[in-house]
Amino acid sequence: MNLLEVKHLKKHYDTHKAVDDVSFDIQQGSIFGLLGPNGAGKTTLLRMITGIFYPDEGQILLNGKKFDPENDAQLIGYMPEERGLYKKMAVGEQTLYLARLKGLSKQEAMRKINYWFDKFEISSWWNKRIDELSKGMQQKVQFIATIMHDPKLLILDEPFSGLDPINSNLIKQEIFNLSQQGTTIIFSTHRMEQVEEICDHIMLMNKGLKILDGSVKQIKQDFKQGLFRIGLGVMPNPAQMATYHFNIVQTHDHAFTVKMNEDSNTNDILMHFIRQDIPVTYFEEILPSINDVFITQVQQTESSTANAPAQQLA
Amino acid sequence: MEKIWLIIKREFFTRVRKKSFLITTLLVPLAFAAMIIVPILLATSSSENKRIAVVDKSSLFINKFPDSKGVYFKYLQNQNIDSLKQHYEEQGYAGVLYIPDIDINRPSGIEYYSSGQASVTLESGINKDINNIIEKKRMELQGIDQSKLDGIKSDVEAEFKNGKDEKKGSSWVAYGVGYASGFIIYIVLLLFGTSVMRGVMEEKVSRIAEVMISSVKPFQLMMGKIIGIAAVGLLQFFIWGILITVIYTIIPLFISPESMQAAAQGGAMPQGNHADAMEAFSKISEVMNSIHWSLLIPCFIFYFLGGYLFYSSLYAAVGSLANEDAADVQQLTLPITMPIIIGIIIMMKAVHDPTSPLAVWASIIPFTSPMVMMARLPYGVPGTVPYWQLGLSFVCLIGGFIGTTWAAGRIYRTGILMYGKKITLKEAVKWIAKKS
Repeated sequence: MNLLEVKHLKKHYDTHKAVDDVSFDIQQGSIFGLLGPNGAGKTTLLRMITGIFYPDEGQILLNGKKFDPENDAQLIGYMPEERGLYKKMAVGEQTLYLARLKGLSKQEAMRKINYWFDKFEISSWWNKRIDELSKGMQQKVQFIATIMHDPKLLILDEPFSGLDPINSNLIKQEIFNLSQQGTTIIFSTHRMEQVEEICDHIMLMNKGLKILDGSVKQIKQDFKQGLFRIGLGVMPNPAQMATYHFNIVQTHDHAFTVKMNEDSNTNDILMHFIRQDIPVTYFEEILPSINDVFITQVQQTESSTANAPAQQLA
Repeated sequence: MEKIWLIIKREFFTRVRKKSFLITTLLVPLAFAAMIIVPILLATSSSENKRIAVVDKSSLFINKFPDSKGVYFKYLQNQNIDSLKQHYEEQGYAGVLYIPDIDINRPSGIEYYSSGQASVTLESGINKDINNIIEKKRMELQGIDQSKLDGIKSDVEAEFKNGKDEKKGSSWVAYGVGYASGFIIYIVLLLFGTSVMRGVMEEKVSRIAEVMISSVKPFQLMMGKIIGIAAVGLLQFFIWGILITVIYTIIPLFISPESMQAAAQGGAMPQGNHADAMEAFSKISEVMNSIHWSLLIPCFIFYFLGGYLFYSSLYAAVGSLANEDAADVQQLTLPITMPIIIGIIIMMKAVHDPTSPLAVWASIIPFTSPMVMMARLPYGVPGTVPYWQLGLSFVCLIGGFIGTTWAAGRIYRTGILMYGKKITLKEAVKWIAKKS
C-alpha cells in the first residue's frame, strides 16, 4: 500500500522552476532516498510534502486521502537540513514544547520524552540549555524531537551531517527500527554510500525534474555495464588474452576488470581462462554504485540542458 | 487555537523568567519614585555653596545681588582685577564678576570669569539680577516710585473650566499627562516592536522556524509571539501600576507629622523642609485628581495594544527578512521606525495645540494616532477631542492593525524560510500580493 502519492507536483519561484512535474509513490514502511545535487529542488519538494509550501499545481495524497497540512501535521515528522532549536531554551522544556505543538498531551509527551531520553542516554541533559551542547548532541535532541509523536511519515534531510560514527550508527539503527515498525521514511541526502546502505527505493532529481526512480537493486541492474572482476592464480601472458568475449578494462595484481561483449555470457569468460589452464580464484560482477549512476545521470541532464540558462535555487 | 496558546505561553514565560524582566520591572517604579522625591529633596535642602567675588568699579551693585540657592556674592573693593583673576580660586571663589565703571544708560563691559563654563542657571540668574538692579536704578533716576509701580502690576489668573459640569481644569496637567502617555506609547512601540523583531530573527537565524512551521502555520507562530510579548508588556504595566500606587500612598506617610517628628528626633532633616515637601506633594495629588482617569486609562490600554499590534507585526515582517548580517536589518527597520519618530514629533506639537489640523489628523491616521491621540485626550473629551474623532481614530487603528498584520503575515510566511539571500524591501512588498 502506498503511504504517499505525489502527482505532477509543480512549484515555481518567479521564473525559475524549483519542482517541475514530479510524480512518485512511496510504499508504507519503506525507506525512500531522495537524491540530487544542490539546488535540485529536494528541499522545495520536501517542504511541499510537509505542508510548509503549497504546490502551484499537482496533488499530494497521504494514506490515500488528499494531504491536509493543517490536520496531517501530526502524521509527519520533519527534520530539516538546517537544524534548529531554541538556543536559550532547556533541552527538556524544548522537546516538551515541540511535542505539544504536534498535538501530544502533556502526560503523553512526558512519557515519550522519558522513553527516548533513556534510550539515547540523555536524561541528565534535561535542564541544560541547547547552546551548552555540542553540535552532535544537539542533533540527537533534534532527532528525538522529530520522532517523538510517532509520525507515520518521517522526513529526514541529511540526518547524519555533523554526527560522529557512533552517533551516526545510533541514529541509523533507530531509522531501521522505525522502518520495521511501519514508519515510512524519506531520506534526503547527497551521501551515496548511505543511500545504498539504508534505502530500498530512490528517486534522483536534478533541476527540478525527476530523472529516475526505482528500487536500489533494479537501478543497479538497469545501469550495469557488463563489468566483471576475475581473480587469477597466475597472470597470463598477453598472447593468452586474445578473445572475442571480453576486453580488459583494467589490470590489477592477480586480477583483471573486464567488460563482457554483449553477445557473450559469463561462462564464456570463465571458459576462456579454464581452457588455458589458468586457475581462477574468484569471479564477480561489478554493479555500478549509486554514486556512479548519480554522477553520470546528473552529467547527462546537465549537458542536455546546457543551452538553457543555468539557474540556482535560492 | 491550542497551538497558538502554547506559543503564547512559551513567549510569555521565557521572557518573564529572565532576570532582565525582573530588573526593569522593579527599576522603573524606583525611577518614578526618584522623580518625585529627588526634586522635593533638591528644593528643600540647600546644596553646596558657591561664592562669587564681585569687583564693582561703578559702585552701583554693592550689596545689591540677592544671595539665593547656594550662590553667595562677596563684594571686594580696591582689588586688582588682573591679580584676582589669577588667584580667585585659591581664595575660595567659584568665579569673579567684574563690573567696570559703567554709564547707567549705556551699560557694557560686564564680565564673568570662572575656570569652567558657567552653568545655564547661574548665567541667566546673574544676567537677570544685573538687569533688575539697573532697572531699579534707572527708575530711581526717572523718579518712579517702586511701591507705586508694584501697585500697578497685575497678576491675575483666569480660571479655565471645561465641560458642562464646569470641571476645573489645568492645561498644565493635561499637558504633562498627555506628554507622558504619548511618550510611554512611543517607548512601548519601539521597545516591544524591536523585541518582536529580535524574537523572529532568533527563530530564523537559529533555523527553528522551519521545524516550527512543519507543526504550526506561520501566522500562528507570528501572532503567538506578538500576543505573548504583549502579555509581558501588560503584566509589566500592571506591576508598575501597583508599585507606583503603593509608592504614591507611602510617600505621604513618610512626610506625615508623626514620621516628621521621628525624623526630626533622628536629626535627618530640619522641620521646615517637611512642610515644604508636604505642600509640594499635596499640589501633585490635587492636579492628579483633576484628570479624567476612567476614560484615559482604558484609552491608554487601547492605544497601547492597537499601536503595538499595528507596528509589531511590521517588525515581525522585517525580522523575517533578516539574515545573519545585522546591518541589513537596520536598513529594513528604517521605514517602520520613521513613522514612529514622526509620530512622536507631531505628539510634541499636539500637546501644545491639541486642536490644530495636524494634531487632529495625526490622531486619526493609525501610523501616528496611538501617540498623538494620547497627547490630546487629557485635554478633555468631547471638549477638545469630539466623539467622532475618537471613534474614527479607534476604527482606523483597528482596521490598520488588521491590515498590517495581514500584510506582515504574508511577508513573514515567505521570509522566515528564505535563507542566505539578501532580500530587499521591494521584493518583500511583492510577496504581499503573491498568491500562496
